[in-house]
Amino acid sequence: MIVRWIVLCLLLFAAPARAELNIEITGAGEHQTPLSLVRFGGDPLIAQSLLEVVGSDLARTGLFRLVDPAGRLPHSVSEVRPAEWAGTETLLLGSIEEVDGGQLAVRFSLFDVVRNAELMAQVVTAKRPHLRAIAHRIADLVYERLTGSPGVFSTRIVYVNRDQGSFRLVVADSDGYGEQSLLTSKEPIISPAWSPDGRQIAYVSFERQRAMVYVQSIDSAQRRLLAEFPGSNSAPVWSPDGTRLALVLTRDGSSNLYLVGRDGQGLRRITRGYQIDTEPAFTADGQNLLFTSDRGGSPQIYRLSLADETVTRLTFESGSAFSPRVAPDGKGFVFSLFKEGVFYIAVQDFGGAQTQILTGGGWEKKPSFAPNGKMILFATEMSGRGILATVSSDGRVKQKMVAQRGDIREPMWGPFPK
Amino acid sequence: MKKLILAIFLVNFLVGCASNKPKEEAAAPVSNAAAAVDTSAADAQAAADAQAAAEAQTARQAVADEMAALQSKNSVYFPFDVDAVQAADRDTILLHAQFLAAHPSVTVRVAGNADERGSSEYNLALGQRRAENTKRALVLGGADAMQIETISFGEEKPRCNDHNEACWSQNRRADINYNAQ
Repeated sequence: MIVRWIVLCLLLFAAPARAELNIEITGAGEHQTPLSLVRFGGDPLIAQSLLEVVGSDLARTGLFRLVDPAGRLPHSVSEVRPAEWAGTETLLLGSIEEVDGGQLAVRFSLFDVVRNAELMAQVVTAKRPHLRAIAHRIADLVYERLTGSPGVFSTRIVYVNRDQGSFRLVVADSDGYGEQSLLTSKEPIISPAWSPDGRQIAYVSFERQRAMVYVQSIDSAQRRLLAEFPGSNSAPVWSPDGTRLALVLTRDGSSNLYLVGRDGQGLRRITRGYQIDTEPAFTADGQNLLFTSDRGGSPQIYRLSLADETVTRLTFESGSAFSPRVAPDGKGFVFSLFKEGVFYIAVQDFGGAQTQILTGGGWEKKPSFAPNGKMILFATEMSGRGILATVSSDGRVKQKMVAQRGDIREPMWGPFPK
Repeated sequence: MKKLILAIFLVNFLVGCASNKPKEEAAAPVSNAAAAVDTSAADAQAAADAQAAAEAQTARQAVADEMAALQSKNSVYFPFDVDAVQAADRDTILLHAQFLAAHPSVTVRVAGNADERGSSEYNLALGQRRAENTKRALVLGGADAMQIETISFGEEKPRCNDHNEACWSQNRRADINYNAQ
């Protein structure tokens, strides 16, 4: 087994103040495609910046072995002489053109030098300040053409940064760039959750000295209180169609699951009883909720049918299981497993009760799938600091993303951009 | 046990009446007497007012002192993933319950907390149950349920930040916090 260590310091491109996370990768996919990224034609500085972003995106997946083009600079398919490219299988090449009004038109091709065939050719156009977005889009298309799954480099993540008693709710690109603070508070913030259209975040804020659920628009920063019942209001999560949310209230006694319309109307209680029921997550079809409950003694994952409210236990681990999230293909779920004093990220298919542990263990909490189902984002700790980490859904490739300041907690991976 | 607690509740309730009511009655006749225009009566009234005010101030100070003393021992502690109030904290609970019974206008917020071994949401729920059970124990001890609000901070406000049992045991607690009068 090849274990490779690649340390990518993403301080290469933007101003240092914008690089909020450094990324460290371990492991590699079972099969790595040799891929050469040839510096694009056009402005060499722009070309270099663009390719650094594309390269770090693709390298982070562990599915590609980046082969140095060694000075060869074909900018179009007609300039490629396949015999010169013995050490690689695929070339990414292209050119950048500045068109009117500060627009960049990036023309690129993916070329298979083994079969001497062009795999794809496209043009991506955007304003010059959005160079990173262009690069992520190209990486998405290359990834999809070579693996068959859509890329997630253009997606965003949400998390909470806790720094010296100050809490920030942050949305950022999936590589940690472009941090945008949605809320800064002296009181804790937990459980941010994306709306399916990627435009709103529901979260729990303690700013009024107890847990209440807010919904905030990412672009306008407008927000509203969704739930402020007596006791705790928490664990919001959107239904796949975006029309309602599941959440947890203690207003009738213990923590139970409720549904509420996205406008805050039509509250419906789903579970009853003195046990703890929390962390609801909709299945892909919107017909069931997974949730964490201690009704069987220790906290474990259960599934509830919204049609008839029947409940099925899904995990039977020694220790306890928390924070379920359903895979985008609907076939299984990820959760945090607490066993002999250590948290692990684990997955399980709905078909069988076999649990597969993906990580080495630590303070590993709050997993969520990338929208293509290939990666899992979670919170962990390194040298006593809360950080973000990802693991491929086969457990082979791991990344740690270290913030420059504070602890990072409570992450969730956002949907594909609409 | 319940009878004993009821007895404690009644005794304290009566003591509460005995210590509060006479002050109000002492003030009332003086204000009636003020109808007669008489400088000596006015002087007497002023003196009585001052005395009443001083007594009320002293009484308020006594309550504040007692609250401050109670506030300094206001935490009850729980074993891992347990939400039942423990026998070791019975005296703490009874002291607060008796004070609340004696001072029906006083209100508290009970805040439940949890250690970090669990998800943030599970710990929020666990902290809420710890707060609820602390409230039940206070009500059994004589407090009125209406005096007590319960909230939870889950694992979000640890008193101690290390990953060990010495720390966790301090974070698994419910705090009885007196609201400003």
